[in-house]
Amino acid sequence: MSASAEATVLITHEVGLHARPSVKFTKLAKTFTAEVEVALAANGPWFDAKSIVKVMAAKAPKGTMLHIRARGDGAGEAVGALVELVRRDFDEGADHVRTA
Amino acid sequence: MSEPLRLKGISASAGYAEGPLFHLDRIAMRYAGKATVADEEAALETAIGIATGRLAALIETADRDAAGILEFQIAMLEDGALTGPALAAVSSGQPADVAWRQALDAEIAGYETSDQEYFRARAADMRDIRDQVLRALTEESENAAPAGAIFYGEDIAPTRFLETDWSSGGGIALKAGSAASHVAMLARSRGVPMVVGLGASPANPVGIALLDAEHGGIVLKPSKAEVEAFRLLSSSFAARREKAEIYLRKPAVTKAGTAIRVQVNIADPSDVDGIDVSTCDGVGLMRTEFLFGKTLPDEETQYRAYRKVLEWAGGKPVTIRTVDAGGDKPVPGFTVEEGNPFLGLRGIRLSLARPEIFGVQIRALLRAAVHGNLKVMFPMIAVKDEYERAAALFAEEQAGLAARGVVQKMPPLGIMVEVPSAAIAPEAFADVAFFSIGSNDLTQYVMAAARDNASVAHLNSVRHPAVLRLIASVAAFGRAQKIPVSLCGDAGGDPASIPALLEAGLRDLSVAPAQLAMAKAAIADVSV
Repeated sequence: MSASAEATVLITHEVGLHARPSVKFTKLAKTFTAEVEVALAANGPWFDAKSIVKVMAAKAPKGTMLHIRARGDGAGEAVGALVELVRRDFDEGADHVRTA
Repeated sequence: MSEPLRLKGISASAGYAEGPLFHLDRIAMRYAGKATVADEEAALETAIGIATGRLAALIETADRDAAGILEFQIAMLEDGALTGPALAAVSSGQPADVAWRQALDAEIAGYETSDQEYFRARAADMRDIRDQVLRALTEESENAAPAGAIFYGEDIAPTRFLETDWSSGGGIALKAGSAASHVAMLARSRGVPMVVGLGASPANPVGIALLDAEHGGIVLKPSKAEVEAFRLLSSSFAARREKAEIYLRKPAVTKAGTAIRVQVNIADPSDVDGIDVSTCDGVGLMRTEFLFGKTLPDEETQYRAYRKVLEWAGGKPVTIRTVDAGGDKPVPGFTVEEGNPFLGLRGIRLSLARPEIFGVQIRALLRAAVHGNLKVMFPMIAVKDEYERAAALFAEEQAGLAARGVVQKMPPLGIMVEVPSAAIAPEAFADVAFFSIGSNDLTQYVMAAARDNASVAHLNSVRHPAVLRLIASVAAFGRAQKIPVSLCGDAGGDPASIPALLEAGLRDLSVAPAQLAMAKAAIADVSV
């Protein structure tokens, strides 16, 4: 019997869940033993939240509702922490806007 | 099996090698496949590790934006979702480079076809990641030249030679190159067979080749009969070399009983580690250019290098040549770019033009002189004024050291005789301590044939009467004036040239360490 959790959060970051934000997102996801997945819709498809290749492949731009779910030890903490990270705009502040 | 192909060249370092060809010029873009699937897997994993390590090192100095990009690339390389498919393809028999390229190209295509511009732009990152690993893979294969390989290509870098482990055989076969290049000198001193000037080959040869660096040639795609004939020649050479070893332990004496001094030429302080000091009469030439690698060496580094060789030599003489940069030996931050560097600011000309750099070397030499029997000579002396100015700098630096109470000693100061003006009119130098004939440069200047140009190599012979006449006249001048004269060019260790040099009156030769035995054996056959 394992714990599970699910939540949604709005991506406000200028470039979406890409590049630097996705590095932070996957790094944080990897700190949990629970299996963590993300999706752009409630019915999937679901992507491994610990793989930057998969998270990038989700192609989540600004304004996307990101679905996060976890299963296993610390599932609730994992979802909570990841939702917080997205809400904090990946701790990037206002200067994250890049022209590159 | 296709026809064997024979290419004729010039021997730069005698010996024989039979082994697989290793293409020098394709290194940058070509990955050398591995023998087993496990080796391929290891090669790819290593290359990914190298690429990741390099990115991590770059982050150290990157600004915030650049660090973000680098972190993204590292995260990608550390993600099994990216590397997994490539490694799986390798496990099923694909070469590492093909597997990696295909796996990454599939990822890249996904980005390129995105309808979001930001996402499409990430394709460049993915290509960057792909190419970094490919680069690490090809570099990895650079180091992985098979044991006993014959390095084949236009030319070979000295660092490449030094990085290679020659203990299991192998050799060098160059389409261009020169017998007077630094690699050729290194090859002779380490006993690595080397042929230069082979010219273009009609196809891109692969497989086993036979390198005859005694007569100067290579056989590509040899027949069975050729392999057998080659092995006979090779073992005959080995037998002659072995016989010469008998002479190594004995002082060099001609058939007529004339004693000849045979010293060694060294390029790096570590060269003496492999030489038994009792087999030679000292160091006739210690080059100092190799100390001047990518950066200018400080006084302490130089002092330690000179002292090491002096202590190794015991009481035997060690003749150190002040830095002979320029010409074909550029040193960043020291030499200048010139249209005709062999006739430009090189040797003592450059040292006198950069007294602040020369002064460092002079102080190191003065301090090292107390540790043995040091002699110092100046390269490329053309006129008396150059010698006098260099000697004055020695006196000046000595006074400076003495004033600071630093232990030092003034060594005998001599000159290289290699510019024709000094060889033709040696009387200008009647008060120098000794002459050392630099036959490589003397020959190239007398014959007007650049020593690094294979197409004029046939002109570059110390045995031309014009060169021999100059050597004989310098030797005679030295005897009359009681100025010791030696010769430190490559001709001194060449068994074919030794008779002519002794007949010209020389009794003091300095040779590459690997040529000591053969040179002494050749001397024993001369009847002067």
